[in-house]
This record gives sequence, C-alpha cells and structure tokens, in this order.
Amino acid sequence: MERRTLPGRLTWQRGEVVATEQETARAQSITLALPTWMGHRAGQHVDVRLTAEDGYQAERSYSIASPPEEQPRVTLTVERLDDGEVSPYLTEELRVGDKLELRGPIGGYFVWEASMGGPLLLVAGGSGIVPLMAMLRHRAAVGSTVATRLLYSSRSYADIIYRDELERLDEADQMLEVVHTLTRVQPPGWTDYHRRIDTDMLREVAWPSDQHPLMYICGPTPFVETAAASLVTLGHEPARIKTERFGPTGEA
Amino acid sequence: MSEGFISRAFRGRRQQGDVAGRLPPGQYLERGFPVLSAGPTPHTPLERWDFSIVGNVKEPKRWTWQELLAFPHETPTVDISCVTKWTKFDNHWEGVSVETLLQQVEYDPNVARYVIAFSDGGYTTNLPLADVLGGKAWVAFSYEGQPLAPEHGGPARLLVPHLYFWKSAKWVRGLRLVDHDEPGFWESLGYHNYGDPWKEERYQGD
Repeated sequence: MERRTLPGRLTWQRGEVVATEQETARAQSITLALPTWMGHRAGQHVDVRLTAEDGYQAERSYSIASPPEEQPRVTLTVERLDDGEVSPYLTEELRVGDKLELRGPIGGYFVWEASMGGPLLLVAGGSGIVPLMAMLRHRAAVGSTVATRLLYSSRSYADIIYRDELERLDEADQMLEVVHTLTRVQPPGWTDYHRRIDTDMLREVAWPSDQHPLMYICGPTPFVETAAASLVTLGHEPARIKTERFGPTGEA
Repeated sequence: MSEGFISRAFRGRRQQGDVAGRLPPGQYLERGFPVLSAGPTPHTPLERWDFSIVGNVKEPKRWTWQELLAFPHETPTVDISCVTKWTKFDNHWEGVSVETLLQQVEYDPNVARYVIAFSDGGYTTNLPLADVLGGKAWVAFSYEGQPLAPEHGGPARLLVPHLYFWKSAKWVRGLRLVDHDEPGFWESLGYHNYGDPWKEERYQGD
C-alpha cells in the first residue's frame, strides 16, 4: 500500500458559499470560496463544522467534488439524509452568501492524479460518485488521455448525479467510457444495465486484470463489498483496489 | 477560529446530558455499525489463519485459530468512536486480551515500547505498548454474540476502544514489538499518531 505524508496541521477555515446547485431531488452541490485553501487531490474529503447560537457544534465529513484546478473554489456535493443532523441544513438551509467552516483536505489514500496513470476503473454507487467525479474533472482539466471507465449505479434516471456533465464528458472524450446501471426504474428505451452491480457486469465493463487497472470504488457498504469482491474474483490485485464507504449504516 | 462564528439558522440536534457526556468531542451517536476500509475485504480461511507476536521478543510465538480460542475469553462491553465522527455505545465483544498473549512471550518493556499491529491486506497501525496492556486491548472474534463478520474485521480484529477505531485493526494477524515508534497506514496519511477521541486527536497536529 502506498504512502504519502501530509505535513502540517489542518486548521478550521471559513469559506463563503458562492454557488449552490440542485443535482437531484436529494443531492445538492455547494461551491465555497476558500481564500486560505492549501489545495487538495481528487478523491479527498473535508470535515464540515456547524455551530449553533449557543455554541453547540456538529461535524461531518463530505467528499470534494471539484478538481484541484478550481481552487480556491471548492465544491462539495451533499446528499440529504432524512434523519440527518447536518445534511438537511447543508442541502436546504444554506444559501449563497452564507459562511461555512471546514477543514481539510483529509485522506491521502483514496486519491487519483493524472500522473498515476491507468487504465482507470471507477465504480460508483449513488452519491459515491462524488469523489470519483473529482477524479474525472481533474482528468478533464489537465487534458489527461488515461483510458478510463466509469460504472455508475443509481436507483433511477432522475437519481443520476452530474448526469448531463457525465454525458458531455463521455461524448467529448474517446478515452472515457461512462456506463450506467439503474437498479429500480429505467426510462423507456434504456439500453445500459438495469440491475444491481455483479461480477458479470464488472467482467464486461472492467479492464481485464492483465491490464492492471487502478480501481476506485465508492458507495454504500454492501455495494462496495460486492464490487470489490467481484473484482478480486476476476483476478484483480487487491492492492490496486481502493475503496471508500459510507452509510446508510443500519447493518450491524 | 470558531470564536464568535455561528452557522446561520443552524439549531442542531442536542443529545440529552447523559448521552452528551458520553460522546467524545465532535462525535455523534450512531446506532448502526458503519464499515470503513481502504480496500477489499480479505477472506483468509481459518485453517490457514494464525496470530503471531514477533519483533523485539526473545522468541516469536504463533498460534493457530484453535490455539487462540483456547486462551481465556473476556467479554468487554465498550463504546467505540470512529474518526469519521460516529460513536456507538455498549458494544459487546468477546476475545482474548492482548495482555494474555503478551504474557506468552519474553520481552524487555524498556526496549519494546511500541507495537505495530499487522493485518491481512497489508494494513498496519502503531500503538504504544502501554496502550495494549492492562486490560485495554483485545483480539476480538465475536460481536454481539455472533462470529465477527468479515466486513467488520472477522475472523478477528484488534479492539482498542480507548483510541479512535482505526487503531482497532481489522483482519489482524499479529503484533510486532518495536523499540521505536513507526507510523502505520493511516498514521502515514495525515491521521494522528495516537488518536485519543477525548482529545479529538483526528489528524496530524491536532
């Protein structure tokens, strides 16, 4: 497993919300101007801290969706969890002109930079697309021609985060292939996959193991477990498979 | 720099006093059991599984799965806190205390002052020796009365509940006693070297 030391101390900094964008019914992108941002690498996340009038604070982690090339602007995409404490505030209350406290970047393992090469396989489940989108945007921003495939599982067409941008990136770049699977509802005429991710799907979409792709999987735990185990079954080296998982957290 | 800073219109969900007092700073109460791992879940068959103590010891030791289970079991009930902000109360584990295992090897505690836990898949984490002695650490193989699930570190994980949970190495296969501290996997990637949740030691420099 590779190493990279991040020196220094992560201090809290304050950013101003300069744009918000509704991505889907539940996902919202928030763009912050961060004058003291020290830069990040695609795939990293931040800690966000909210403070109430009486001093009560709540902290959560969110993935960065924007590429390093856009700093000092940093975009987070947040999925609203109905019983959440922080995500409803970020997706429904926060607006342009508000200030937000955060610190980061955090996490030095689940990162991809164009210099790392490929081929690159990205596997996303739901809002697990967010750190992978930072990688795709970074790849586009630096004009990388690393052969890349994204397999993205969503519940329905309307639940696909960054749908239009992914389509544009896919059409504009012969070295990028975007494949969707819709697990619950498919629009008429849908020609991509329409089932949960499985070994057969990954056999068809992933690079053969003898091409030694770099693999990044992000999504809910059962999704990541299935995708990672399938890739190992298909002969990929476990050490080249990087995973990031998030709730829902019901299972014990 | 939070002095005077207020998140406009944020009210938050305060916990009752008894819960709040049990939550380390910056943590929230979680009722599920989230999974966080950097790579695929390893699946080492029990017949090939063993647990070793190596490094600065007079003679390294190695136990098979059955030999490990033959040591006296303990059943700690503990709260666990993950650096990603969740804390889960009253987790019931079963395992063998690390102290019991260390009693089986000869070492000089003035030399072997640190331990590196190592796992299937290449994960490592470093701890001061003192933090795995005195009934503060276990090799745990059962959770809530069931064999520990692979995604939670089964067949066995280190359990060091007084530190952030990345120190409780999943899929643990042994301990290496060393005379100098040596950052492990997350400790080399910007996370705190010690990781005390009550001091909110999440990242380097905290």
